[in-house]
Amino acid sequence: MTTIETESLDRLLAAKSIAIFCGPGGVGKTSVAAASAAVAASRLGGKVLVVTVDPARRLADALGLSALGNLERPVPPERLKAAGLEVRDGLWAAMLDTKQSWDDLVLRHARDEETAYRILENRLYHNITARFVQSHDYIAMERLHEIHAEGGYDLIVVDTPPSRNALDFLEAPERMADFFGSRLLRWLTMPYRVGGRRGARMVNMASRPFYQVADRILGSQFLEDIAEFFLNFQTMYEGFVARAKSVEALLHDRRTTFVVVSTLETAPLREAEFFVSELQARKLHLGAVVLNKTLPDYLLDEAGDAAARALVADPGPAAEAASRAEPDLDPAAARRALATIGESFLNFEVAAKREAELRSELGRLPAPVLRVPAFEEDIHDLSGLARLGECLFG
Amino acid sequence: MALLAAQQGQRVLLVSADGRGDIAAFFEKRPVGFRSETVFPGLSAMAMDTEASLQEYLRLNLRVPIPGRVGPLAKVFDFVATAAPGVKEILTIGKICWEVRESLEGRAHWDLVVVDAAATGHIVAQLGAPQAIDELVAVGPIKTQTGWMSDLLSDSGVTALNVVTTPEEMPVHETIELVGRVREHLPVSLGAVVVNRVLPELFTHADEAAFEALRQPAAVAALEGATGPGVGDVLTAADLAVTLRRTRAAHLARLREAVELPLLYLPELFIRAQGMRVTRMVADALGEELGL
Repeated sequence: MTTIETESLDRLLAAKSIAIFCGPGGVGKTSVAAASAAVAASRLGGKVLVVTVDPARRLADALGLSALGNLERPVPPERLKAAGLEVRDGLWAAMLDTKQSWDDLVLRHARDEETAYRILENRLYHNITARFVQSHDYIAMERLHEIHAEGGYDLIVVDTPPSRNALDFLEAPERMADFFGSRLLRWLTMPYRVGGRRGARMVNMASRPFYQVADRILGSQFLEDIAEFFLNFQTMYEGFVARAKSVEALLHDRRTTFVVVSTLETAPLREAEFFVSELQARKLHLGAVVLNKTLPDYLLDEAGDAAARALVADPGPAAEAASRAEPDLDPAAARRALATIGESFLNFEVAAKREAELRSELGRLPAPVLRVPAFEEDIHDLSGLARLGECLFG
Repeated sequence: MALLAAQQGQRVLLVSADGRGDIAAFFEKRPVGFRSETVFPGLSAMAMDTEASLQEYLRLNLRVPIPGRVGPLAKVFDFVATAAPGVKEILTIGKICWEVRESLEGRAHWDLVVVDAAATGHIVAQLGAPQAIDELVAVGPIKTQTGWMSDLLSDSGVTALNVVTTPEEMPVHETIELVGRVREHLPVSLGAVVVNRVLPELFTHADEAAFEALRQPAAVAALEGATGPGVGDVLTAADLAVTLRRTRAAHLARLREAVELPLLYLPELFIRAQGMRVTRMVADALGEELGL
């Protein structure tokens, strides 16, 4: 399969309706996703939504997301305009509220209201939705499906949740389906189904090794709590599994693309490469790889290197020449400053070379690789996003 | 930190709580597993494996035969861990606490256990696991297990949580949030905040004025005449370095004000090397910060 080489996200996002931005933590994924959404809304038109997980506060404020909750909100057009972004059909933003999304899910799939409330009030449920690692990942995908199914947007840009394993969210729908359909779950809850909810619990079952072990580790009361919770939860099984399956189908849909974001540092890049190979193994569409916060190319110039070395070796002649041109300049201070900036250039040159090496090791990727320079300032407002976005759209 | 302690003559166990065996690569050694291996004189490393931790727990505490009879243990374990929140966390924390307790009671010989813990988003759940389980489980053997773990974790003479960050907006924001959540939810005492990758301050105040003057067109032309055409790039790069440093200094100031903890600074390393060379350099810098 050949991929058309594009130097920008322009054509990719014009052809897709869902773009999922993923990659290791700390690489500026949220900014890249938000910038792509903002510039897509202005360049490509159409109604664009960016769903983000935990943006830095100033960025959230810039997107008008200061309030919590799952609500999708329009980014004020006049603010976009002030940042140089002419948006025709609107840029919207939403934050993912895990707890609320789970509650909605339970209310939608529970057999009846009573079951729903029994689940919602269960303390295990609170623990699971708050602490369960995969719950965050699953609900992000579930929410994406929900928004997509409503058909309110031309393009949905998703900033994936930070997770220990960048792939968790891909596996989440499948794992959820497996989990609720598993024989083990039926096995674990069997004594409670046979003997009624509390009554003659574990008459025969209790003698089996599995329950003995489980009992000794977890304690029978806890085991009973778990079983009760999952018996209730299991009533949602069919709706849940059907849903998980369609979430998975959506990820494989040809209108969905994945953009992997990384920096040119060893550890994040290795994670990103792993991610790329996993996407390929799962036959998911890799749209682009974005290398964020890269150092500028002029650091690799030979002329700069030569000048820096000369300044470090002997800043005297340059300091004298500069002092003659700028009468206010103190020659001694000029000498110190020139030696320092020569040293600093050589330092940054080492870092830039390290990045260049990593980039060449990246090898052939089946998708365009885009570079975003390190901006001197953090991206925290709409004009910052516009600047970043320009780099991605060429 | 582990290397520094080992260099100071302590017997150290380094634990990767995320199960990353390649933590040994920092010492030029092949990946380690659940069984600790010596990676440097006085320093052993291990990678957490919650399933192995459960087996060890069953073997040592309950004297239950390894439940081979109930089907593949991995599957059962995976199931229980998925069904019961906090199981993986308690097995991780439990193993670490166990090594500490064994040492305190003279059955193991670690002077210091250094844990590369879970990411910011998970650490509170991980360290809070004994408490959480305690609240969930009314009675049973687990209850008696969580008590001593909580005791060790909340003893400021035994345990300290150190937060590592970089002087950038998001990491600083997350650090401040984490410190707040730890103070609110965990009985664990906070040690220090280690700020990694701090850029050097290039100029004194007086030299900064000289740098400004050097960037005036007449000066730049003179510099190019004396040093060559590349000097423009050198000036631009210096400007980038100064701006980056300044932006980061603002984040550092915010951090310092918000956390009220000792801050340790580690410099950005402008080197190509990886592995042991970097580990040594960071250990040296840390030692210097700690006045060792």
